Amino acid sequence: MRGMRAVGAVATGLALLLLAGCGEQGSQSNGGPDALDPKADITEQSLTVSIWDGYSPEDLPERVKNDLGVPVKIAHHATNEEIMAKLTAGGAGSDSGIDVAFVSGQYAQALNEAGLLEPIHADLIPNLKNLYPEAQQLAYDKDNTFSVPYTWGTTGICYRTDLVEQAPTSWNDILKPPAALKKKVTMMTTERWLALPALKVLGHSVNTTSDKELTDARALLLDAKKNLLAYDDTTFGDRLTKGESAMAEAWDGWCPTSDPKIKFTVPKEGSDLWVDTMVVLKSSKNKEAAHALINYILDPEIHSWAAENILYKVPNKAAMEQLDPKVLEANAPLRMTPAELLKGESIVDVGDSAMKYTRLSTEVTAGS
Amino acid sequence: MRHRLLVKMPFWLTYVFLYAPVVVLVAMSFSAGRSPYAFEGFSLRWYGELAGDDEILHGLVNTLIVAAGSAALSTVLGTLLAVGAGHDRRSRLLDAVTLLPAVVPDLLLAIGLLVFYAAVQLTLGLHSVLLAHTVFGTAFVAALVRTRLAHTDPSLEEASRDLGATPLTTFVRITLPSLVPGVAAGALLAFTLSVDEFVIAFFTAAPTEPTLPVVVYSMVRFGVTPEINALATLLLAVSFTAVVAAQRLTRTTTRGAPEAIG
Amino acid sequence: MKRWPLTGPGLTYLTVFMVIPLGLVLSYAFLRRGRFGGVVDEPTTENFTRLADPLYADVVLHSTWIAALTTVLALLIGYPTAYVIAGLPRRRQTIALIAVVLPFWTSFLIRVYAWIVLLSGPGWLNKALRAIGLGPVDVLYTDAAVVTGLLYAYLPLMILPLYASLVRLDPQLREAAANLGAGPWTSFRTVTLPLTVPGILTGCLFVFVPSFGNFVIPELLGGGRSVLVGNLIRDQFLKARDWPFGSALALALLAVLMVLLLAQAWAARRYATR
Repeated sequence: MRGMRAVGAVATGLALLLLAGCGEQGSQSNGGPDALDPKADITEQSLTVSIWDGYSPEDLPERVKNDLGVPVKIAHHATNEEIMAKLTAGGAGSDSGIDVAFVSGQYAQALNEAGLLEPIHADLIPNLKNLYPEAQQLAYDKDNTFSVPYTWGTTGICYRTDLVEQAPTSWNDILKPPAALKKKVTMMTTERWLALPALKVLGHSVNTTSDKELTDARALLLDAKKNLLAYDDTTFGDRLTKGESAMAEAWDGWCPTSDPKIKFTVPKEGSDLWVDTMVVLKSSKNKEAAHALINYILDPEIHSWAAENILYKVPNKAAMEQLDPKVLEANAPLRMTPAELLKGESIVDVGDSAMKYTRLSTEVTAGS
Repeated sequence: MRHRLLVKMPFWLTYVFLYAPVVVLVAMSFSAGRSPYAFEGFSLRWYGELAGDDEILHGLVNTLIVAAGSAALSTVLGTLLAVGAGHDRRSRLLDAVTLLPAVVPDLLLAIGLLVFYAAVQLTLGLHSVLLAHTVFGTAFVAALVRTRLAHTDPSLEEASRDLGATPLTTFVRITLPSLVPGVAAGALLAFTLSVDEFVIAFFTAAPTEPTLPVVVYSMVRFGVTPEINALATLLLAVSFTAVVAAQRLTRTTTRGAPEAIG
Repeated sequence: MKRWPLTGPGLTYLTVFMVIPLGLVLSYAFLRRGRFGGVVDEPTTENFTRLADPLYADVVLHSTWIAALTTVLALLIGYPTAYVIAGLPRRRQTIALIAVVLPFWTSFLIRVYAWIVLLSGPGWLNKALRAIGLGPVDVLYTDAAVVTGLLYAYLPLMILPLYASLVRLDPQLREAAANLGAGPWTSFRTVTLPLTVPGILTGCLFVFVPSFGNFVIPELLGGGRSVLVGNLIRDQFLKARDWPFGSALALALLAVLMVLLLAQAWAARRYATR
């Protein structure tokens, strides 16, 4: 009797597996750029959105449910690499269950090349008109064909004015800190940003694919590692506030400048222009709702509210003009203009050479 | 005397080592402040925040679903495996099969399942974690039930057969009752192992359906939050109760089992 | 009763969800990586030649050292503890054992998190040190923190098998040794220690195996500054998207563990026949 039940359980399990497999193949065969139905009833659809933790206002799902009638489930990823792994795990044609993902520009570019993205249907996103003209000419995706910018900014040094003797001005201040700041510095490990300070000090492009230039950068980074407290992409701001660290390589928006002791600066060697984008997955079965969500976020009211919540600049002219002056006053990085931002070098996908950056980051974090 | 003290010292130090972190967490869970490094007055604030934290609650529910499901499936599969091998203590195949999930590092099983699910294009979700946890659950249940089986008296089953009982009757009336403590212990073990399992869940859970350990992991990575102290205290209280209950249970079932057979 | 209907479901299950996945990992180690993850069907052995790269060889070596250090420390702390527990009256034995396992039952991640709070610069360890006029020490984000975390996580796995083998010892053996004029140290060395070797071996294996493949503790307590083989494997799958190389690394990890397992079985058998 019990044997039969167990056989049944296993058989059900296997059947489920096979069904799941077939279902996938089915959706794969009718892939290709579907024509979206502008009149589709989006309230019949539901969305799963993957985004960095703390990168959207907490009550976003409730707002979307109220205003658009679309239920939204939020999933969090810690890094670009993590979401890339989840999205690419099954290869092209697989369904990760995610409809809209937030990834940085160069990763959006790679996802698009892998054939995983739905082209952006501009007619479904009238609010694209709110973007700065500069935000429609970004190097990784001219004219926003497969991605829509959500936030943009640059990478610099975030520091405690009371814990450093001299305000940092150069990437060398992070790579070769004074003795007093030994073990008081953090750097980022996500591939491209790990390499950035060293590449900029050496005067190279942040998109370099030259083995020689990357080897030189590696030597500098391994030297710098000796003085680091930790590699940290997620909690550097927290550590600065607590005084565990005094200086950090940081994205502008995550530098907690609302604390009067903390300042942000872009080193004299220059830095990057990064863009975090919204993309719609080709495997999504809720593409109309996905576009509606993107359009909703680009609404000046909503986008400025997002900016005030997460303290990142948004590439939305109408939204930036609506920003609460008090918030602007308190957070210096928010006041950077698009012209200032565009001085930074755009990070783009480097194709097969991306592996060189992966290797560099392994070599630096594992090496001594 | 000197010898005694020399031996007892490490004994007490071990308990200091084991409980210092626990004491700090429990104490800090009642601190009103946000800093984990200073006690700022008694408060139940973090328990309130914990109760209102949807992410943690979602993770908790997911964990309970996975643990209950995989424990149930493991108990059925594992018990059958052990009974199928019967009193044959030298079943090489069974030894290998039940030992493998225990010695294969969880990381290896995790990546194996990740590539397997990708290969059969199974969309990740809670079911993918449940199926994965059943692997080691089955092995542990089988191992525990076999140990129990090795301690039961085969002559009872023979006697039952000699008296004309069918194999099924013998199984249901003799073998099964004697196995109850082993099966119960196995189910409990499979459940608790699944509740705390992180590595496999981290690799095989859908990003939208994290289990509690995966939620805690991302919380810790995004900085220190006092809610975790409150969570730790609650988990400790639950497992303490569970240990005491299990202790009572095994004592009554081991006492009860021979009576059931007799 | 026939065996197959009973063992069939379980064996099928374990074949599908364990043997086949592990077989996939084995075969992927001989394929080339796809640019966006996954594998390309081109056989190659380059993943194994890459393993010989000093960079990766160093990581494997460093992990072995960290895991071995953890194991030795666990043995040094665990043995006296198990010895004292085994000598307690029956009821107190149970209580002492439960007390060893109880923190183990909170949550693995929370136990790791606790050490961040204890070891960090402004943390409780330095507070305690300052109170007795010492310190401060920078322990968090060093190998010492990683070993402490591993030791804390897996110490019970050392104590339990040691206790099991100690409690089985016949007290009369020790008495006999004492009657024959052996001092406590001699009787421990000549009677107790050799008889508990199987327990020692099991405990060492139980601590070494999970320490060796761990990636959470090096990440959270090591601050990402020290990469162990577990981190490297995790990163190949979840960051670099280089499944074939990750598979090759995983096989290397398995190979080291298999050698240890065989050594342990061999040693245990040798002691059993003595």
